[in-house]
Formats: sequence, C-alpha cells, structure tokens
Amino acid sequence: MKVLIDQDRCVGAGQCVLAAPEVFDQREEDGVVVLLQENPPAELHEQVREAAQICPALAIELAD
Amino acid sequence: MSEALSDAPEFPMVRGRRPFDPPPELDRRLHDEPVSRVKIWDGSEPWLLTRYEDVRAMLADARVSADTSKAGYPPQSPGIAARRKRAKAFITMDEPEHGAQRRLLTGDFMVKKMERLRPRIQKIVDDLIDDMLAGPKPADLVQAFALPVPSLVICELLGVPYADRAFFHRVSKVLISKDTPPAESLAALEELLAYLGGLVKQKLTDPADDVLSRLATEQVATGAMTVDDVAAMGQLLLVAGHETTANMIALGTAALLEHPDQLAAVRDGDPALVANAVEELLRYLTIVHTGRRRVALEDMEIGGHEIRKGDGLIAASDIANRDEKAFPDPDKLDVTRKARHHVAFGYGVHQCLGQPLARVELQVVYSTLYRRIPTLKLAAPVEELKFKHDMVVYGLHALPVTW
Repeated sequence: MKVLIDQDRCVGAGQCVLAAPEVFDQREEDGVVVLLQENPPAELHEQVREAAQICPALAIELAD
Repeated sequence: MSEALSDAPEFPMVRGRRPFDPPPELDRRLHDEPVSRVKIWDGSEPWLLTRYEDVRAMLADARVSADTSKAGYPPQSPGIAARRKRAKAFITMDEPEHGAQRRLLTGDFMVKKMERLRPRIQKIVDDLIDDMLAGPKPADLVQAFALPVPSLVICELLGVPYADRAFFHRVSKVLISKDTPPAESLAALEELLAYLGGLVKQKLTDPADDVLSRLATEQVATGAMTVDDVAAMGQLLLVAGHETTANMIALGTAALLEHPDQLAAVRDGDPALVANAVEELLRYLTIVHTGRRRVALEDMEIGGHEIRKGDGLIAASDIANRDEKAFPDPDKLDVTRKARHHVAFGYGVHQCLGQPLARVELQVVYSTLYRRIPTLKLAAPVEELKFKHDMVVYGLHALPVTW
C-alpha cells in the first residue's frame, strides 16, 4: 500500500490522526496533515483505509 | 413546476414518541423517497437528501455552495436569513476564502493540542461534579454541568472572560432558536459582535495566550483582517463551541440513563471504549438536526434526480446516520459499534473545526460523570423532559437529575 496526501486540500479536521496515528500527524503551526509513513506495514492497512474513508476533504489517496 | 412540488411536506419534520430518534417521516423518506422536495419556512422547496452516501457525496462536492447569501440557499430560520449578509464567518464561505480563514484556526484545534488540554478539562469536570454533589438535589444537569464544561473550555481557549457567560449564553440562545424574529436575531448578533470587537481591541494592546489575542496581533495589527472580521470568527467559535457540546453532554446523559446496559458499559469501560461510545452517541443523537444546507452552483444529478443550478439542498445528517447501509441495525444504541464514519460533524471541507476539542470534552465527561455519580438518575420521567424542538441544535432545555 502506498499513501498519497494532498496538503492543499487538507482542512485539519484531524480524523486521520485519530484513525491511524502511526501514519498521519498534523503540522504544529496549522494542523495540516503530515505523512509519517508512505508505505505502512500490513497491520496498519485497515486503519489507513479508515482514515482515507473518513477524511472529510478527500485529501488521502491510496495506491497499491 | 411539476405537480410533486405542491405535495412537498414541511421541513423540519416533527419527531415521534421516541425523543432520541429522528422524525418517523424522515425514516420513511430514507426508504421510499431518499431524494425529494420539502417545503421550508420561507415557502421555498429545496431538495432533501437522506441517504448516507448521497449526503456525503453532496457535502464533499465542490459544485455546491455553503454561502448563505447566494440565491436559492435554504436558511434554517428567519433569524439566520436576516443575519446572512452581516458578519460572514468561514462556515458560510466557499473556497478559496473558506480554506484561508479556516487555516488560521486549524492549529488551535489540532488533535495533539486538544490532548494537551485533557488534564485541564478533567480538572474542570471534576470541580463541577464536586460542586454539584455539594449542592441541592435534584439538580438541573444542564445548568450545573453540561453548559459550564464547554463554556469554561472555549472561554479559556478564545480568551473570553467566563464571568460574562450569562450574557453570551443568553445571546447564543436567541441566535440558535428557530423562532427568533429577524430583528431580534440581528440585534443579538450586533450585541455579540460589539462585545467581541471590544475584546479584540483590548487584546491588541494587552495580548494574552489565547486565540483572540493571536488573531488580534497577527491579523488585525498587520491589516490582514479587521476587528469586525475577527469578531465574526469569534462569535462562530464561541456559539458553536459551547452550544453543541453542552447539548451532547445533556442529551447523551439522558440517552444513556434510558439505556442502563449501555451506561454500565461506558462507566466500567476502558478509555478506548469511552472514545468509541462518544462516536456512537454522536451518530445516534446527531444534534445538528435541521440538516446541513447548501445551494447548487450548477446543474447536477443526485440519486437519479436532476438538480438545477440555484436549487437549495438539505443534507439530513440525522437520518443519514440511521442509514442501515452505513450502520447495521441503526436504531440501536450500541457503544461497541464502529461508528467513526458518522456525519454528525458534517462532511466535506466544512466538517466541524472543533471536533477534536468536542471529542476530548465528551470523552472526559462520559468517563467521569457516571463513575463519580454511579447512582445518577432522572428526577422526572423522560416524557416530561423539555427537548429542544425549537432550536437548530437539538438537546435538552433542562435535565433534572438526582443521585
């Protein structure tokens, strides 16, 4: 799994951080999403899929 | 105009005998007419969307506008209609203005910062419970606890004196009532803007460590925003920051007291279960119960219906959160359910900015209140409780409890 984020779209709702804290973080100054792992291990895939599904700004894209 | 238009039912619809459930007519629409016209207070007939997928798709669609001043926008109340040209905050702006203004605040509400506030929120909650236990019973949980918790927190964050709470609680109530006459609504807004504008000016010369001070020194002092712009932003944060969470605390408590097995699970559960329960209660209660409103900026298709440019759109998040396609056995309150994909905070770029704060507040409240007062119970039958049918945010006017 490869994770792609679009920081320009991010609205800082923080949903991804709650769903997959090992993969997503927020930039301290403005809360914009920061990607911690571009290729998360299999055991985190479900959480990452949830993060992508609930992101309100559609700022997370997943590729194989 | 087609014939169907004249048959459009009134919206919002009336709730049935179960005060924690959306109106039965909304449930019927979800199953029989998921995209349909309704008639609102001003006589206009916007589209009502009830399915989870349609609601999410519409709210995430850049072809719809949240700008209340655009022709065709379906306002929640005469008061909101009267206020729409005054004091626009980012909630009623579209991109790119919306994103630019919202980003000035996203850092203040980010998950990590709200986690750092948790001990402070815990202290506020514990102190209020101490006071309640020391006072007379029965007590009104709304006044003694549900309203003070988020009011204290948002006051500290924004830098609004908590001593002025009687004033802004009164004004907020006027602003979110569906029945406030337009002139009164506008006057209440002016009062609140004048108050917040005064605070902003004060903070320009004497800043503290709070959001209004930061906006004053970084935005007003540099000429990027006016005092009035910051006051408009402040009124949104102040009203939204305490009215919503206060209602979730009182209504959630009433719902849990009516579901003792669920309350026991929350009371005895670990922090992960409490966090899960908060999401389920947000889904189940969906207090923003008059729909998320938009207007179509171009012709589009939703659920097989032709939507025209300028048509009003209402996303009924409360019934969308009861769509069995997204939540199996949706009318059951089940605190172990995976419900994080609910739309109680809305969806799309306007999804609630303060949700990380609301989550921490509700987690602290739900994990503390029932543990510290295990004998908490209603002091009046549920049929006698005064639910907020008259407000754009659902909840309880009062919640008499004893222990």
